[in-house]
Amino acid sequence: MNRRKVIEENIFRFLSGFATYSLIAVLAFIIIIIFIKGFNALSLDMITKTPSGGYYYGGEGGVLNAIVGSLYIALGATLISIFIGMPAALYLNVHLIRKKRIQNTIRYFLDTLWGIPSIVYGAFGFILMLYLGMNASLIAGIITVALLITPIMVRTFDEVLSTIPKGLHEASLALGSTNAETAFKVMFKQGFSGFITAVLLAFGRGIGDAASVLFTAGYTDLIPINLDEPAATLPLAIFFQLGSPIPEVRERAFAAAAILTIIILIISLAARFISKSYSRSNLK
Amino acid sequence: MNSLNNDTALQENSDVETSIIEKNSILRINDLNVYAGNHHILKNVNLEIPKNKITVLLGPSGCGKTTLLKCINKLTDLYKELDVSGHIFIEDDDILNTSKNIPSIRQKMGLLSQRPYPLPVSISKNVAYGIKLKGVRDKKLIEYNVEKHLKEVGLWEEVKNRLNSPATSLSIGQQQRLCLARGLAVKPRIILADEPTSALDPISSKIIENLFKHLKTHYTIILVTHVLRQAIRIADNVVFMDDGEIIEQGNPNELFKNPKTVKLKEYLVDGN
Amino acid sequence: MFFKRILFDKIMGAWMVIALVTILLLPFIIGVGLYLKSAPLFQHQDIWHLIGTSEWLPHEGKFGFWPFIAGSIYVTLIAFIFAAPVCLLSAIYLTQFSSPKLMRVMHPVIDILAGLPSVIYGVWGILVIVPFVSNILAPAFNTTSSGYTIFAGGIVLAVMCVPYILNMLIEVFNTVPIGLKEASLSLGATFWESVKHVVIKKSYPGIISAFGLGVAKAFGETIAVMMVVGNMVQTKFNPFEGGYPLPALIANNYGEMLSIPLYDSALMFAALLLFVIILLINLVFRYFIYKTRER
Repeated sequence: MNRRKVIEENIFRFLSGFATYSLIAVLAFIIIIIFIKGFNALSLDMITKTPSGGYYYGGEGGVLNAIVGSLYIALGATLISIFIGMPAALYLNVHLIRKKRIQNTIRYFLDTLWGIPSIVYGAFGFILMLYLGMNASLIAGIITVALLITPIMVRTFDEVLSTIPKGLHEASLALGSTNAETAFKVMFKQGFSGFITAVLLAFGRGIGDAASVLFTAGYTDLIPINLDEPAATLPLAIFFQLGSPIPEVRERAFAAAAILTIIILIISLAARFISKSYSRSNLK
Repeated sequence: MNSLNNDTALQENSDVETSIIEKNSILRINDLNVYAGNHHILKNVNLEIPKNKITVLLGPSGCGKTTLLKCINKLTDLYKELDVSGHIFIEDDDILNTSKNIPSIRQKMGLLSQRPYPLPVSISKNVAYGIKLKGVRDKKLIEYNVEKHLKEVGLWEEVKNRLNSPATSLSIGQQQRLCLARGLAVKPRIILADEPTSALDPISSKIIENLFKHLKTHYTIILVTHVLRQAIRIADNVVFMDDGEIIEQGNPNELFKNPKTVKLKEYLVDGN
Repeated sequence: MFFKRILFDKIMGAWMVIALVTILLLPFIIGVGLYLKSAPLFQHQDIWHLIGTSEWLPHEGKFGFWPFIAGSIYVTLIAFIFAAPVCLLSAIYLTQFSSPKLMRVMHPVIDILAGLPSVIYGVWGILVIVPFVSNILAPAFNTTSSGYTIFAGGIVLAVMCVPYILNMLIEVFNTVPIGLKEASLSLGATFWESVKHVVIKKSYPGIISAFGLGVAKAFGETIAVMMVVGNMVQTKFNPFEGGYPLPALIANNYGEMLSIPLYDSALMFAALLLFVIILLINLVFRYFIYKTRER
């Protein structure tokens, strides 16, 4: 009976280790393939030029329109999400600190919001567009993406804020601060790196999501100057070019994919790094 | 790390075997050292535990008494940062250096922790857990043992009508007694108790202490506590520790009335 | 001076409350908006007819959504079958068997897997999974396949759910108090027996919730699946043929939305369906978690 137990343990030890290392391998595989395929077609032109007339037939140009479009949308959406999400998270943790049940209910709702798929936000954004008489444009895209990423922002920031010991809040009030002062001057400072992490995560989502901008931002070969002009986005650039019958255009899709992947890698690693250094300084 | 000690272990084994037969001790600890990184938690501990007595490990927080207890049934395996070396002989087996099956040696000892940790199953399944691990399948035998050990800790009357309800439905005092019954069901020789009453109310604490006083006729009990009064109440043998070392040990009456070392004197003063 | 601070407090307070309330109202506004937009559809057919039938002929005003709901279910099912055991095993390894160093490596891995955009997974799916299905897997089962299949969609989805499920499982397993493992070991169990009877058993509610959340995420995934799933309107569960999940329906046809009558309402209804289904899954499983955490 002993031997059976040992065999069973060893089997599971092996299988579970195999599962873990496979996951790491899959991630490495994905990134490596994207890079290999992408770097072939990656050139300085890709990053610095917009598509020329014959671009979609294999001609000159690059995806600068998409890069800039994505950046505009992600930046705009992130700003809006900060404006709405940051005070909401602070309020949840400061003004509502005694009301545990309300806090839990709100967090429950936030989690649910976080689970809504981006295509639903896209569809809703479309409805909003029609209702407000807007065309598929930069501003419509920004608003829709803002709706998508605000729950991410709030949830991440809130998670960090909730780990701040209650004592700090109480000390601040005891010294005569108002709730708002406690929120912005004390809690915000203490949770600042959590805030940065939340912003980075939201920004990353905003730059990479396709379903939300599909209906709402339109697509164009130009770099948008006004808010009501359509804007190209990297994910859509990849998606559309991949469907082209011309091999050169498809290759460029891979290059755009590589660019997007690099951006996301930088953001993810930066966010993890910041939250790690936060917990280190917090322990002191 | 273990294999390095094997040669010297064989030598010491025969030396120690004779002394176990001579003395009335059931557990012998030789040259136990525990490190966590650079922190020397237990320093060259040598100790004998007498049979059928309540031995109390006493001392201020951080003196290493809980670590010592966890070394005895090698729970230190769960803490990868701990580096343990030395010999601990439970009857004839050196649990730290043996090639024998560790879980079976562990069954010679029962553990009662600071907080009750009922397994996520019913009351009767909790008590039956250790029995089933030994391979016993006979339902009647298992039921008999469950009833016997629940009676041993005085829980039977309180739970006999709800043996299948989850163990978490009991009060904390009852849960702790359940954990004791569970530990006794594997028929250990030694009971290791790590501050078992610290989470309990005074009445439940008293019940557990009285249980120990009864159980010592059949079992050897090693109790860790930081409550001086508890030691005074139930100890037959006291081991006073500080900063990883054994400072004084012996009969409680002598120790408490005539402490020999400064550290114990200070501890008694603070404790009173 | 004092007055300024009071003013600051009031204004800031108002801003905060408005922001919070806005966010909390969002799901309701979205639900209502989608409902209103799909309302024209209900004038002609009732909901059960829409959900239950399979005829999809927008030009004739026939909107049977079942093939798309089925498509979503099929890919999610395949994703779950692959992702759940892998995540379970891996979480056990990381929390019980391996050293903390591996956990430190795993954190960025999970972060990146979660952060990679859907379209990147789609590209990978086209480059790797689709050829795999058509060149290796289908012949192995004695069939032919273009590779753009339900199976491909399921595999890509599986990889996308992994970070969410794995993260939650790790959290759940780490919550089991070490005293419980100590108790089990002291009773004579081996390490693996303790993991089986204590850690996993104690974590059942959390495990189920983690799976539920993963399923919800999978159900709503759009772009990646769309790129590899073949987009064929049919209801059979054949892993080697194409399928058409609900999100893909919406994304593929938005261009024609306004040209055919009732088509826009139909697509909005599809979005509403998706919204409601996922909301239900989330509500149920999240409720489950909060209930067990309180204990």
